[in-house]
Amino acid sequence: MEHIITPKVEYVKLLNRYPEKKSVLGTLYLTATHLIYVEQTNNTRKETWVLHHHIMSVEKLPLTASGCPLLIRCKTFQLLHLLFQRERDCQDVYQSLLRLFQPVKEEELYAFLYNPHQNEEDRRQGWEFINVANDFSRMGLSNDYWEISHLNKNYEICSTYPSILGLPKNVSVATVTGSAKFRSRGRLPVLSYFHKDTKAAICRCSQPLSGLTSRCVEDEQMLQAISQANSNCPFIYVVDTRPKLNAMANRAAGKGYENEDNYSNIRFQFQGIENIHVMRNSLQKLLEVCSMKSPSMSDYLTGLENSGWLRHIKSVMDAGVFLAKAVCEERASVLVHCSDGWDRTAQVCSLSCILLDPYYRTIKGLMVLIEKEWISFGHKFSHRCGHLDTDPKEVSPVFTQFLECVWQLSEQFPCVFEFNERYLIEIHNQVYACQYGNFIGNCQKERLEMRLHEKTFSLWPHLLKNQHLYRNPLYRRSLECTVLRPSTLPLHFKFWCGMYNYYDRGMHPKQSVLDQLLSLTQKQVEGERTMTELQRVRGVVGVVDFVRVERYLTDMTLSPSHPFTAAGCCRWKRASQTLRFQITLLELNPPSSKSRGIHFLPNGISITLS
Amino acid sequence: MELSEHIKTANVEDVTLRRPFHPALRGTLCVTSHHLLFSDRKDEASWQLLILLKNIDAIEKSIENLFGYPRAVGSSGTITIKCKDLLVLQLEIPGMEECLNIASSIEALSSLESMTEMYPFFYRPSHLTLHGPWGLSSTEQYYKQTERLWDRWRVSKVNSDYSVCPSYPSAVIVPREVDDDKLIRSARFRQGGRFPVLSYCHHRNGMVIMRSSQPLTGANKKRCKEDELLLQAVIDGSELGYIIDLRSAQQAQQARMTGGGFESKSCYSHWKRIHRHHERGKVVQESLTKLVEVCSDPSHSVDRWLSKLENSKWLSHVHSALSTAGLVVECVERDGHSVLVHGSEGTDNTLLVSSLAQLVLDPASRTVTGFLCLLEREWIQAGHPFQQRCAHSAYSHARLKQECPIFLLLLDCVWQVWRQFPLALEFSEALLLRLAQEVYASNYGTFLCNSEQERCAAGVKENTHCLFQSLLKPDIEEQYLNPLYEPTDLAIWPSVHPQSLQLWTGMFLRWTEYAQNMEEAREEVWSIVKEHRERAGPDRTNNTLSTHCDTLTPFENLMDELTIL
Repeated sequence: MEHIITPKVEYVKLLNRYPEKKSVLGTLYLTATHLIYVEQTNNTRKETWVLHHHIMSVEKLPLTASGCPLLIRCKTFQLLHLLFQRERDCQDVYQSLLRLFQPVKEEELYAFLYNPHQNEEDRRQGWEFINVANDFSRMGLSNDYWEISHLNKNYEICSTYPSILGLPKNVSVATVTGSAKFRSRGRLPVLSYFHKDTKAAICRCSQPLSGLTSRCVEDEQMLQAISQANSNCPFIYVVDTRPKLNAMANRAAGKGYENEDNYSNIRFQFQGIENIHVMRNSLQKLLEVCSMKSPSMSDYLTGLENSGWLRHIKSVMDAGVFLAKAVCEERASVLVHCSDGWDRTAQVCSLSCILLDPYYRTIKGLMVLIEKEWISFGHKFSHRCGHLDTDPKEVSPVFTQFLECVWQLSEQFPCVFEFNERYLIEIHNQVYACQYGNFIGNCQKERLEMRLHEKTFSLWPHLLKNQHLYRNPLYRRSLECTVLRPSTLPLHFKFWCGMYNYYDRGMHPKQSVLDQLLSLTQKQVEGERTMTELQRVRGVVGVVDFVRVERYLTDMTLSPSHPFTAAGCCRWKRASQTLRFQITLLELNPPSSKSRGIHFLPNGISITLS
Repeated sequence: MELSEHIKTANVEDVTLRRPFHPALRGTLCVTSHHLLFSDRKDEASWQLLILLKNIDAIEKSIENLFGYPRAVGSSGTITIKCKDLLVLQLEIPGMEECLNIASSIEALSSLESMTEMYPFFYRPSHLTLHGPWGLSSTEQYYKQTERLWDRWRVSKVNSDYSVCPSYPSAVIVPREVDDDKLIRSARFRQGGRFPVLSYCHHRNGMVIMRSSQPLTGANKKRCKEDELLLQAVIDGSELGYIIDLRSAQQAQQARMTGGGFESKSCYSHWKRIHRHHERGKVVQESLTKLVEVCSDPSHSVDRWLSKLENSKWLSHVHSALSTAGLVVECVERDGHSVLVHGSEGTDNTLLVSSLAQLVLDPASRTVTGFLCLLEREWIQAGHPFQQRCAHSAYSHARLKQECPIFLLLLDCVWQVWRQFPLALEFSEALLLRLAQEVYASNYGTFLCNSEQERCAAGVKENTHCLFQSLLKPDIEEQYLNPLYEPTDLAIWPSVHPQSLQLWTGMFLRWTEYAQNMEEAREEVWSIVKEHRERAGPDRTNNTLSTHCDTLTPFENLMDELTIL
């Protein structure tokens, strides 16, 4: 709070991007966490809330006749153009915001203050809800080819990798440590995804320290082991996601790429995805296009082309498609890397997982995928998102690009994702919001040291609780089993207005098919939950566990024979409704009533307690 | 010359047919006077492919074994057929001579110009009779149904023999106080005799949209008292009307050199003129050609794609059409002024803008029937020269004369409106696609000829079936309906930000895998809606879906979309 010079400024104008529309005067408030602008006209009150962490830059523009303008750009692509009457106020707000939106220490982040009314038990269960080890079991690990290894449990082999790793069965410790030493930052080749049907695997690592001539027997053995873990194909692909020129330049610095002569049976391939700096600049240009004032169609299309943004999105997609094809059509295992193996590698591996495995196209599956390929494998969220006042050259929209690729896929395949566009946008906003602890820190080790699991809450239970908002009503389970084969023709890559112009509501369709279909299917979903869905709901029970629900109902002096509790688990349909009610009951906070009669719960459900 | 004389080889066996997303087929190819048929079975009752020859825009033939003898064994040829509905398919024909014969038959028969030899005059399906009503409505009927017109407007038969304006229908709606003599004089002062007539009267405030062609003021700034009186009568005492001139101010000035012109402030003091430049004719036709070309070329990079898309200017045309329609709506609905729309001839962009404005303003034009009536009134009866404009489409190598895909541009704009207001139209994208196909090649007579006069002379109404009647049969196909339709009385004001407009993938990527995915989604929407209706039960027969009309911001709030006058 000590950073807030002035908590309230009156007579501030929020300028509209359309000059014709009259802007009214409002009041600006600064709180410890938010900037709030309140516009009060006769009988309407409009509030605009902006989280400090969402602010990307604050800029004082030259004084004009009508006042002092302040331009606030947000990481959520919101643009606020404020006009102060007094220079002094503008300066105060500017100074305050500069300090507020870029905290210096992690502990100043919102997540360390935020408590979604949960107790320690809820917190613990929330953090355990998404578990990467479970995903390994889902893939069938450990099996005859791959096993889960705890060699990195103290982060000694690789400080930016997770504590558990998937490794080829029976690979020796010497090979693992030797290979790690030959890879940039110790990020040795490990399993990312195992495709049960073909036995082909997607593995990831960082670039080898091959320089111009170096080689490493253990690293060669490691790749050999990966190759041998898949008897369906005599070779593995080694995919360097960088442009060839970048990779060559790295050789001079003692890094580089695999020499095909040194490794037996590898097929080497460049993919040409540009580095974080190119991507950052490209987004910058894209956002300039987004904020143009009444551009012509030609200005817009030319701007879009010059930004290169869609070209980069396509390059990520192309690489993802290459991996998926190699795995499902050639039954070949693939090893992917870029430079450090935490940006492009994460994009490409996670995208190919979505193409290959329908599980990752579900609401929970995407959480697992993000947790696995991004959070636990050390995508540097703190640096890439600029959570703290650190090197601006480390900031890059790598994760945003991944979300966009998923969105591009959902545009081509409207029926294969369980979630809708809002889910992706919400995840994007939460990544930058630092309201939950998931995306704070750069790797697992760092997060452990920050004791995030004790001090902050996990985002995933919160998203799951609101999953009705994120459902795709067109989702067809019958299409689940398919491997997606998207067209990567340029004309299929569209500008994502819903993301980059999210706050320009005037540009969006005025009626929403999604809302309409969601409201039509709402009842149906509540009435007929399938068993698999039920199990997913039981996932929430991680937060709201079953026993406690029953106890809670008892507390409410319900008779044990009441249909809600008596239904048990023998009849699924009934039970699913039961469960739903119980969860909703628990969400009442504080417990609203212990009396009998009709209770109106959130989500518009009413229940009668007899 | 009989049609059949064009056919040298009627049947070829062992032809291979290749088309997108179907396995190659071997079978018999057959050319008739109007169709290209393909069957892979012996019994010819089941056709795998039936294409109207008129639908064929261009063919390309490549003959292998060019140096051999004409009847050399094993020689064969490939014909690539490019249709006006953008389908491209290939036929591999054994025998060089057969191949050349087939190609020349297709070339001759697909470009017939004699009206009465067109297929609609031969189309006699068993389920339709020729004596049913033709068309949906006439000017008189429209007038009768529209009570708000009765007070100040009348139906004039001054054009009953098409002598005043050859491209107008026999009856038009004009201000009650202007007599037919004045109309005749005004017609002489307008290009092609297209004097100002009523196009739409707004149900909220009685303001009207008029349309006409340019006035023939010429270099000497000629005047026409009657024309001025006619327009004065339109605004009837209110202080101001707007003339939306679909040319730039400079173009309008230049038009005076060739006898055309514009309404000057001094002569039409109660009318304010606004110029909005619209491309027309050849430029728009070339846009379509370029767009289709870039859509079917998979070799581009993203940058090249975007630059070619920009270069085609198609989306710019969509943008201008919707912007100007928005301007008309702004004048009529928000500011409460009447509007006169014209460009030069008043048969192309004028109709585009006036009909789009009506779609935005008038809830009645958003139903299936209402929309078809709108097309009939504003395009067919109003004399859009369909035959000239739609003689060729995107692929043709023929030297273009009067071709221009203005109607396709309209359909694209309607699609854009639908995308932004997916609940507001009763019809679906499928109807737009069907119309896009029918306008170029049809079994029906609806889009034949260039005007009512020509249709009368050719006996179209007596000798062909009407597409609109057939589309509106009681068992109208579900695919033409929008399952999410919820009528709204508000103006549906589309955003014209470039970000809000998109390539009409349903049309331009029609024959790709993408279209199949979209079809799946469409089916899914239907099944959700049907399930909902079943649950809602018979007591809710009108299926009032839980309404989302509140998401429809009243037009005032959408004003930020448009640049104001």
